[in-house]
Amino acid sequence: MYKGLAIIFGFLFIGETLSEIFSLPIPGNVIGMVLLTFALLFNVINVEDIEKEAEFFIRNMSVMFIPPGVGIISYWGLIKSQAVPIFGALVISFALTLVLTAKFVELLGGGEQ
Amino acid sequence: MNSIGIFLTVAIFYLFSKLYEKKRAFYLNPVMLSIIGIALILRLTGIEYETYMESARILSFFLGPAVVSLAVPLYKQKEIIKAYSKQIFAGIVFGGTLAILSAFYVAKLLGGSKEVLLSIAPKSITTAIAIGVSEKIGGIPTLTAVLVILTGILGNAVGIEMLDAFKVRDRVARGLAMGVASHGLGTARIILNDELSGAVSGLAMALNGVFTSLILPYLIELLQ
Repeated sequence: MYKGLAIIFGFLFIGETLSEIFSLPIPGNVIGMVLLTFALLFNVINVEDIEKEAEFFIRNMSVMFIPPGVGIISYWGLIKSQAVPIFGALVISFALTLVLTAKFVELLGGGEQ
Repeated sequence: MNSIGIFLTVAIFYLFSKLYEKKRAFYLNPVMLSIIGIALILRLTGIEYETYMESARILSFFLGPAVVSLAVPLYKQKEIIKAYSKQIFAGIVFGGTLAILSAFYVAKLLGGSKEVLLSIAPKSITTAIAIGVSEKIGGIPTLTAVLVILTGILGNAVGIEMLDAFKVRDRVARGLAMGVASHGLGTARIILNDELSGAVSGLAMALNGVFTSLILPYLIELLQ
């Protein structure tokens, strides 16, 4: 277990360090994810070593968004004053993006049903 | 009192997860209900948000390793992702641009202020990138952070149901659309549903974050 955690936190640390040193607009965790993917592809890391730990983090990802979500209450005044354009744009843009992108990719052909 | 935040979060999430297991209706989405429930409890009891966050922050900290962990499903699905790399690339350019333009123009049409237009444009990408982009183009970073989360909650709550309603069966298309439209929160939900879709969603989230941060500053100049 500690080997897996050390690898995952290690790549997070490397990603964050690179993001800071080069002041990249990409967050450290995304850089860490890309680097770890390459490390797995080039057999630098064995997937068996991190599988269980990764699965645990991914399976519980939803709950991690709750605290920042509750933070919305601090901005209620700001949101309320522009409620119509904000909620209208969020809902319409989300629906359009989700459905049209899915249909577009499906039209390009794939077929993994 | 400094464990109140983590206690409230896990206990309420547990209760709403149980409820959701019993009756899988989109309006019972446990993330959405937990956020509303905790916000109400804080309001009713007068507990400050900062007091809540003192211990609840630990949970959000794990978003870092969770995003890094998305490398595992990506690696496991590498053959399929390679086979569909053209569709994935085209889908990100299409979906990423559509997410920006639709948010900007609908907000404009509904009378949004300039700050709202600029803050809402990067709403479909992961929080950390969105905040940076918002700052760069003259939006309000904190407002952007809130809008990013609201977009994610939408994806988490109704994304799969909408894809089903519109009869999208292609698993690559489903994952890509979720990652492009609602970043990590959408990914967190669809990966529980299907590992292939989840892997594509995680990849789409990362690539769309990079794509949006590169094109949005130029796109905004054209739009204004």
